[in-house]
Amino acid sequence: MAFVNMKSKEVQAKIVYYGPGRGGKTTNLEYIYSKFRERIKSDMVSIKTHGDRTLFFDFLPFDIGKIMGYDVKIQLYTVPGQVKYDATRRLVLKGVDGMVFVADSQVEQRKKNVLSLKNLQENLAIYKKSIFKVPLVLQYNKRDLEKEGVTLLPMETLEKDLNSQLKVPSFPASAVTGENVVPTMKKIISLTMTSLQNVLK
Amino acid sequence: MGSNYDVSDYTLGQEQLERIETVLTEDLINSGVHSALLIDMAGNIIARCDNGQCQHDMYSLAALASANFAAVDTMAKIVGEEEFSLLFHKGENENIHFSKVNIEFLLITIFGKEVSLGLLRLKVAEAVEKINSVW
Repeated sequence: MAFVNMKSKEVQAKIVYYGPGRGGKTTNLEYIYSKFRERIKSDMVSIKTHGDRTLFFDFLPFDIGKIMGYDVKIQLYTVPGQVKYDATRRLVLKGVDGMVFVADSQVEQRKKNVLSLKNLQENLAIYKKSIFKVPLVLQYNKRDLEKEGVTLLPMETLEKDLNSQLKVPSFPASAVTGENVVPTMKKIISLTMTSLQNVLK
Repeated sequence: MGSNYDVSDYTLGQEQLERIETVLTEDLINSGVHSALLIDMAGNIIARCDNGQCQHDMYSLAALASANFAAVDTMAKIVGEEEFSLLFHKGENENIHFSKVNIEFLLITIFGKEVSLGLLRLKVAEAVEKINSVW
């Protein structure tokens, strides 16, 4: 539910990073924050527990400049990944314009990825949104662990598990090293802006 | 407005926004409120007015305020209330008051010691009525 301000010629759009707990959603935003520090005027907001787990959400406002004559402000959010925080996860999804699903590439997380994606589909349905229609990008995170000898799910398996029906753009990535973090973000911003084009005309 | 779930993307015209800003300035800022903010439930800022001395990060405030409001609203439902009508945070120098305008919008006011809560609630109620008449 992007908001277009015709007076100040400004668009605000909400992009939410979703996925299983400890998958790297917050790390994605932290990398973006560190990379674009000089362009992001405010601080990143994180509501987390003492154990550094996301309790409610992280929030990062990001000015991307002008598109079609409008100043575009992207609001990046994460949700808490832990299963028990479903009520708060649902609240963050309100008014979402684009989604990044951050999957964990570790073998033992396979089931959690699938459950989390299913949970996303259910929670979008509460807002009468279809996972097949919302702009969505998949990110297969933690690919850097392969170098440390951790067995990861092959890309084909992840694609088959998560993307066989959705058929959306996907990226192997490492939020810790920053690999493909920015391309993931650019892709979702571009898909989101395309979907908003009719409003901006 | 008036649905329980997301409406589609929406646009407010220049005239509507100007009318809203006039209400915020005349009813609230001119009564001594430091800053008045109309936001939607997704955390977007619709309109903002201040007395020229506010340095707060309003985008973060809007994101947190909409989440806070949604969380309190869910708590109300859990204990069997339709909603909690008074949402107010008191600080040493600044206070924050939240008021639901309609199902999609929220009015946030930041004010200091010089404005009493009673007066503020009166002014906010008037402003809410006027904002609702913009649609």
